[in-house]
Amino acid sequence: MGGGKTIGDVVLDLQGISLSFGGVRALQDVTFDVREHEVRAIIGPNGAGKSSMLNVINGVYHPQQGTVSYLGAKRHDVNTHEAAVQGIARTFQNIALFKGMSVLDNIMTGRNLRMKSGLLAQAFRLPSAEREELEHREAVEQVIDFLEIQAHRKTPVGRLPYGLQKRVDLARALAMEPKLLLLDEPMAGMNVEEKQDMCRFILDVNDQFGTTIVLIEHDMGVVMDISDRVIVLDYGKKIGDGTPDEIRGNQAVIDAYLGVSH
Amino acid sequence: MKKNRNLMILFAVLLAGLIAPLVTGASGAGFWVEVLLGGLMAGVLYSLVALGFVLIFKASGVFNFAQGAMVLFAALSVARMAEKMPLWAAMLMAVAIMVVLAFVIERLVLRPLVNQDPVVLLMATLGVTYFIDGFGQTVWGSDIYEIDLGIAREPVMILQSVFDGGILINKDDVAATAAAALLVILLALFFQKTKTGRALRAVADDHLAAQSIGIPLNRIWVIVWSLAGVVALVAGVVWGAKLGVQFSISQVALKALPVVILGGFTSIPGAIIGGLIIGVGEKMAEVFLAPIAVKAFDLAGGGIENWFAYVLALLFLLVLPEGLFGEKHIDRV
Amino acid sequence: MLYRENGQFKTSYRADQQMLPILQDRIFMGLLLVFVFVVAPFVFSNYFFLSILIPFLILALAALGLNLLVGYCGQISIGHAAFMSVGAYAAYNLVLRVPQLNFLVVLVLAGLIAALVGLLFGIPSLRIRGLYLAVATLAAQFFMDWVFARVKWFTNYAPSGSVSTATIDIFGFQINSPVRKYLFLAAVVTVFAILAKNLVRSHLGRAWMAMRDMDVAAEVIGIRPVYAKLTAFAVSSFYVGVAGALWGFVHLGSWEPLAFSITLSLNLLFMIIIGGMGSILGSFFGAFFIVALPILLNRAPDWLGIHLSTAMVSHLESMIFGALIIFFLIVEPQGLARLWSIGKEKLRLWPFPH
Repeated sequence: MGGGKTIGDVVLDLQGISLSFGGVRALQDVTFDVREHEVRAIIGPNGAGKSSMLNVINGVYHPQQGTVSYLGAKRHDVNTHEAAVQGIARTFQNIALFKGMSVLDNIMTGRNLRMKSGLLAQAFRLPSAEREELEHREAVEQVIDFLEIQAHRKTPVGRLPYGLQKRVDLARALAMEPKLLLLDEPMAGMNVEEKQDMCRFILDVNDQFGTTIVLIEHDMGVVMDISDRVIVLDYGKKIGDGTPDEIRGNQAVIDAYLGVSH
Repeated sequence: MKKNRNLMILFAVLLAGLIAPLVTGASGAGFWVEVLLGGLMAGVLYSLVALGFVLIFKASGVFNFAQGAMVLFAALSVARMAEKMPLWAAMLMAVAIMVVLAFVIERLVLRPLVNQDPVVLLMATLGVTYFIDGFGQTVWGSDIYEIDLGIAREPVMILQSVFDGGILINKDDVAATAAAALLVILLALFFQKTKTGRALRAVADDHLAAQSIGIPLNRIWVIVWSLAGVVALVAGVVWGAKLGVQFSISQVALKALPVVILGGFTSIPGAIIGGLIIGVGEKMAEVFLAPIAVKAFDLAGGGIENWFAYVLALLFLLVLPEGLFGEKHIDRV
Repeated sequence: MLYRENGQFKTSYRADQQMLPILQDRIFMGLLLVFVFVVAPFVFSNYFFLSILIPFLILALAALGLNLLVGYCGQISIGHAAFMSVGAYAAYNLVLRVPQLNFLVVLVLAGLIAALVGLLFGIPSLRIRGLYLAVATLAAQFFMDWVFARVKWFTNYAPSGSVSTATIDIFGFQINSPVRKYLFLAAVVTVFAILAKNLVRSHLGRAWMAMRDMDVAAEVIGIRPVYAKLTAFAVSSFYVGVAGALWGFVHLGSWEPLAFSITLSLNLLFMIIIGGMGSILGSFFGAFFIVALPILLNRAPDWLGIHLSTAMVSHLESMIFGALIIFFLIVEPQGLARLWSIGKEKLRLWPFPH
């Protein structure tokens, strides 16, 4: 894959990340980088620390050791809000949609960061606030068209089937027009058809908008098909890093997946 | 670490406040000890109510706003029944009533709301509060009633040899405090030594795991709410004997909430220590700080103890969001 | 008239973003406003204005304020009457000390002062949440109760601690009769309800709801928890403060130190639970319920030929409130407002069942 697209420089560089909760070591000295415009997959057995990795990148968790460099700025501690401002968006493993809101409102929250009108302007619905609302509504409608969820705009997200909720989760992230998109198991629990749709969306996002993607996925077929480079975690340690072909031949990875004793 | 440093600072401030009246000469040693003892006695009662609260929170994840209403209800039951029968019989009957109440709450409130958001459960106990308040006063009446524990109420002078002028304490206060302290110890033993107590702790640690090894959750809830009812009963009787059984008791009992904030929602030692800190703190503040405030701001009287506990808890929260013994919360996404 | 949205195609997003996108809703709201401002002043008795409509309107405004915080932003408060008292005493002192101020200005200033105090007590919400916050708001309740009972300056050194107000005068128009009070309140409450509706359908409202539904996800998409929570506390306290000033000046006229006690705070919570959390309409339902139920309870036994004492009625009321809270939390957590919208949905599909 990746034919015809140009992979750029390193945009995200993690050095020696260690993270623990009390006595549990979730990540141990993990180092890897992500290049502009690539699809980078993180794989590994359950509990390998994959989600923790994403949480470190956008500042939900703060690692005890290591640095995160994004767009050249090196940090020990990422601030969640700053990460969002700098164009890092993400989806969640267990769908973290705002369940009391409609599909449209959920996706509109992705634009919140760009909406500037003040409290009084909103309360009195001044023309400036109205105009701003409309501009962003139009941007959101483009995402809705792109992900083909027009019919569900006004539905409360809680009433949607699982596969569609995953799509709305992605839509909300895309509404942020991210430079770097973190996807936490975007295809978990989907049927084959839904998975195909989701693959297509991910590749389109990567292709059309040039968005760099870091994704966690369990379906090996999918991972090997759509990603440019793969990193393998096991018990919080990195045990493999390379192109899908290299990973396929990596003995440590095979052992981890087949369960050879440590 | 950071938490420990904050804790040290907090305790240093509290301790400084505690000994300030002594050091500045605002109070003689005898009077100071008297105030301290008074605070500790009130504190034991707060601990007791807070304990009932922690029991319920640990076992069912419910923030029981109705704890104060339960204290009032239990006290009313005892006071009115004691008019017709001996006190011990009235108390036994009241225990039975609290158990029935626990059954009803489990059946009609907790079971239908299982696995709901904690804030929803809090609101449900708000409903329980309204209901018990109305029900108790419908059945038992809404005047001020007395509970006579049969202990003389005259103050006694002790330790005259140690302090100049001795220390004045009430016998019934001492008896009540002893009873409350005994109950606290019994509860702690119950949790450590009995099979049911261990099951309760298992439920507290992990609902699903406890259920999967065959601990029946519903029965546990009934037991815990009954226990909390008995604890409320003791607190209600002690307070009732002191202040008369009246509506304001349920508001005094609300002070168990700042106590659990100090101690952490899930910690039994936390509830005990928190209760003592609040009890002593508010007494000291009322006796020594209030007159200064009244003079400085030209107030119409003291009454600092009405809010001191809550504001202290608030300040605690800002420094130690998990309380003294609470567990750190980790978000999983 | 059938309640249908078929055939009402929106050709622009602007049309789709109106406050009431469905034609029938607009007609209904128009008729309601005509009734409130044109018909009602002529048909109701003074008793009805004084003991039902006036308290209803003010409590609806307070419930609306609390609903913005609890229902929309998900931050619990069991001490909101404290901010009502701040509004009431602020208005009292403004009128007393700066008599030349127009009462409308007084109202806004009283709201702003309440917002400031609300902001102060909202600060703990940045570090703590849920149940811990509930206790923090109790601190506001008991502290403010104490402040207004003990600090003599606030009550202008009244020996009993109770204060009384003069008739409100707005641009020479005296708010002195029940009908005038009602009309004044109806106007104020209508404006505030529209402002609230605007807020919750703007990005600030979405930020509040996002915090409520999933705070970690909200942070990840760049919503600042500090900003969202504190604005919710401030706006909510502003509304409640204005309601407090109106409660003091228009409804009570004079009040005692404990007029804004924890009982009132709990009643406000009751209103939004019964009415519907996260619903502006629900705040009105809840307020109407809490005003109408005691009156009904006072009357109903007489119709049945039973006589109950006042104390008994208030205990019964408390029991019914309690039972209703539990009932609604179990059966319909979104309250009467949800029943209303289910009714509308049924109507839309009528005569087909689905």
